[in-house]
Amino acid sequence: MSSQRVLVLYAHPANHRSEVNLPLYEAACQVPGVTCIDLYYQYPTLNIDIDREQQRLLEHDVVVFQFPMYWYSTPAILKEWQDLVLEYGFAYGTQGTKLNDKLFLCALTAGGHEDAYQTQGYNHFTVRELMYPLEQMAALTGMRYLPPFALFGARTALEEERIGAHVTRWQQLLKALVDGKINQRKAYKAEKLNHYLSELDAAGDL
Amino acid sequence: MTIYFLQAFIYLVAAVIAVPVAKRLGLGSVLGYLIAGVIIGPVAGLVGDETTTIQHFAEFGVVMMLFLVGLELEPKMLWAMRNRLMGLGGLQVVGSAAAVMAIALAFGQPVSIALTIGLIFALSSTAIVLQTFNEKGLTKTEGGKNAFSVLLFQDIAVIPMLAFIPLLALPELVEKAQQAVGNAAEHHEEFSLVAHLPGWAYGLVILASIAVVVAGGHYLSRPLFRFVASSGLREIFTATALMLVVGIAALMSLVGLSPALGTFLAGVVLANSEFRHELESNIDPFKGLLLGLFFITVGAGIDFGILSEQLIVIILLTLGVMLLKALVLLALSFIFGIKGSDRWLFALSLAQAGEFGFVLLSFSMQQHVLPLELAQTLSLVVALSMFLTPGLFILFDKVILPKFEANSNEREADTIEEKGTVIIAGIGRFGQIINRLLVANGIHTVVLDHQADQVDALRRYGAKAYFGDALRPELLHTAGVEEAAMVVVAIDSRESSIELVKYLKHTYPHLKVLARAFDRGHGYLLRSAGADYIESETYHSALQVGGQALRELGFHPFFVEKQINIYHELDDKASDVLYHAWQDDSEGERFDNNYRQLFMDLEDNIKSAVQQDRFGKFASTDRHWTPPPKGYADDFDDDNEAGAGSTEKT
Repeated sequence: MSSQRVLVLYAHPANHRSEVNLPLYEAACQVPGVTCIDLYYQYPTLNIDIDREQQRLLEHDVVVFQFPMYWYSTPAILKEWQDLVLEYGFAYGTQGTKLNDKLFLCALTAGGHEDAYQTQGYNHFTVRELMYPLEQMAALTGMRYLPPFALFGARTALEEERIGAHVTRWQQLLKALVDGKINQRKAYKAEKLNHYLSELDAAGDL
Repeated sequence: MTIYFLQAFIYLVAAVIAVPVAKRLGLGSVLGYLIAGVIIGPVAGLVGDETTTIQHFAEFGVVMMLFLVGLELEPKMLWAMRNRLMGLGGLQVVGSAAAVMAIALAFGQPVSIALTIGLIFALSSTAIVLQTFNEKGLTKTEGGKNAFSVLLFQDIAVIPMLAFIPLLALPELVEKAQQAVGNAAEHHEEFSLVAHLPGWAYGLVILASIAVVVAGGHYLSRPLFRFVASSGLREIFTATALMLVVGIAALMSLVGLSPALGTFLAGVVLANSEFRHELESNIDPFKGLLLGLFFITVGAGIDFGILSEQLIVIILLTLGVMLLKALVLLALSFIFGIKGSDRWLFALSLAQAGEFGFVLLSFSMQQHVLPLELAQTLSLVVALSMFLTPGLFILFDKVILPKFEANSNEREADTIEEKGTVIIAGIGRFGQIINRLLVANGIHTVVLDHQADQVDALRRYGAKAYFGDALRPELLHTAGVEEAAMVVVAIDSRESSIELVKYLKHTYPHLKVLARAFDRGHGYLLRSAGADYIESETYHSALQVGGQALRELGFHPFFVEKQINIYHELDDKASDVLYHAWQDDSEGERFDNNYRQLFMDLEDNIKSAVQQDRFGKFASTDRHWTPPPKGYADDFDDDNEAGAGSTEKT
């Protein structure tokens, strides 16, 4: 498979306080074949340039939202981005087939621990479930959805020295995406992309 | 008269040729001046005995330099460095003096002479070292800062030394001299206010004159400068600055204190003043010329007769003194924890004897402390050690620094901290807001304005503002334009702002220049002058008021916000087109027909673009949140499954 062009759309409204997402973003910038866009940097007033963003989508095969989870969803600018860029006639509707067959995934960090994101946990839903609106966005726009790549307990990851390993895994994921090594149908069945990547790693495929 | 012109011309020619050549060869300007002096003096014999007279005059350059050093040092900073000043400086002077004295004693010199020699060689050359630090950008390094504290302490220590040396006078020298120079001494005393005063009164006079300098500098200088500044005459400001420095020097000499100390104090007092940069830029050229002259006279004063007679002795003495001083400095660097390349910079830069050594030598001769022959030999040693100093700096640059550079990358980072300064030219209504925003975000700004009352008003609110015309290159230089991250041009005159932008972009092509425009035409002129970013002063406030008008008329605030955005976006694009049309049309003086036509066309564009959405069309520019067409949902298939399903599509 020829090399896939990966677009990382990064959204963090308080970049200067970021402990996890900023290192992840900077690591992504290092991977060849990956285009990294800091949305809050480009549109500090949320005045998103629709033409430019649509052009970017056309030029890539894989679309990644990278963000810290805010109230079980994305930071505001990613919602704004969806509302503006995914136009009728471009992303959906009979003529709106421009995004068909692209891969889509979320790389997110969550403050709560993994056991909180269970039916029995205090957050009651898994992150996969909480991201259903984005999964359905992918479905309606004809994109192939991958489960979220997640880091839990993000507020203490720095102190517990878990960031390094996560960044390495993240770069491995991006390289695998560029090389077209991710089998979407197999990965789709995993609750989180992290599980699928561990399997690949165990099989020596990363 | 002719002879003065000729002499001045010879000195200037020597400097003009030797200094740039020395600089090009990497030897530094000080060595250039020294060589120039040697060439016109002992080698070519173009100048003669008058060099000693000129040297006394040129020593005033040192006084001016200390004034400028003081200006750079706020009292707070001086207080912060008190430990280094007293500890490092004090131990250096005591240590070096004791070591040199011990050796002199070993050579069989009497105690009084040995002590005097020790004191003379304890001093280093403030002029050479600071000048070289500036040229090589070493001032802010740890080694540079420590060397500076030592130099400062030495300069201050000269004063008690001058008071102490006469007590060491040798009885037989005094007797011999008393018959010869009786008259001359009388003549000298005329100029002293304190010669016949008892000790306690002398102390009082000294305290009083220091109080005059400090209080005068603090309370009187500002009204005076403001008065002069309001006249708008540049040369009178220069005259005032000179008057201040010369006046203090005169006062200090009258009461028997060091003029250098007096002007240094005045400099410290004025370091907080809004006129600081203006004073610096006025005094700086005088200082440079006089110091240069001073070094030339040092070179010219080298007596080749004595030198060739005692060549080996003098060379050995010089090397011995420098080695001894360097060892003392190295020992201190261990005690005070100065590490790595800074240690070597500290030790090597201060190993020479200095210009105050000459001052002390001639003074000790007058006071009959040192016999003439010894003094002549010693002054050659002092000169030779100053001559060798640039060589030590080259040694540091080429041999020592590269060794340490590899592993000192971390320190590199914290020395850059000072950079990133923003210079704001013009602090009227516009510049003030910019300054407040930047300062609130911890950015260091240097604010310049040519209206003294404006600066004054701003200072009352605690802002760091300085009086001065930003169009003057010297002032920009002293404000630190070379190290600045950017310059914001917000001055209140169309012509001046364009001129300033042109100058800045021409002289510092990589400097970012942000400019305030009065209107479209002024904006174009700024753009063609090279400004990186231009904002029209009324544009955004007018858009806001226009937006408020729409809101008052019942438009939804969020809709108004969108319309403002669209207007802004289109205007941005349009102004690009208009700029090029304006360039083609005229040489920027007037708006031609073509431009007018284009302007009207673009106005129509904006109007129609803004209106499209209101008529329910699918606007090309305003697509924000435009809903899909009615009935669009009927087209969706029921089998459009989630996720993996869509991969089945071909």
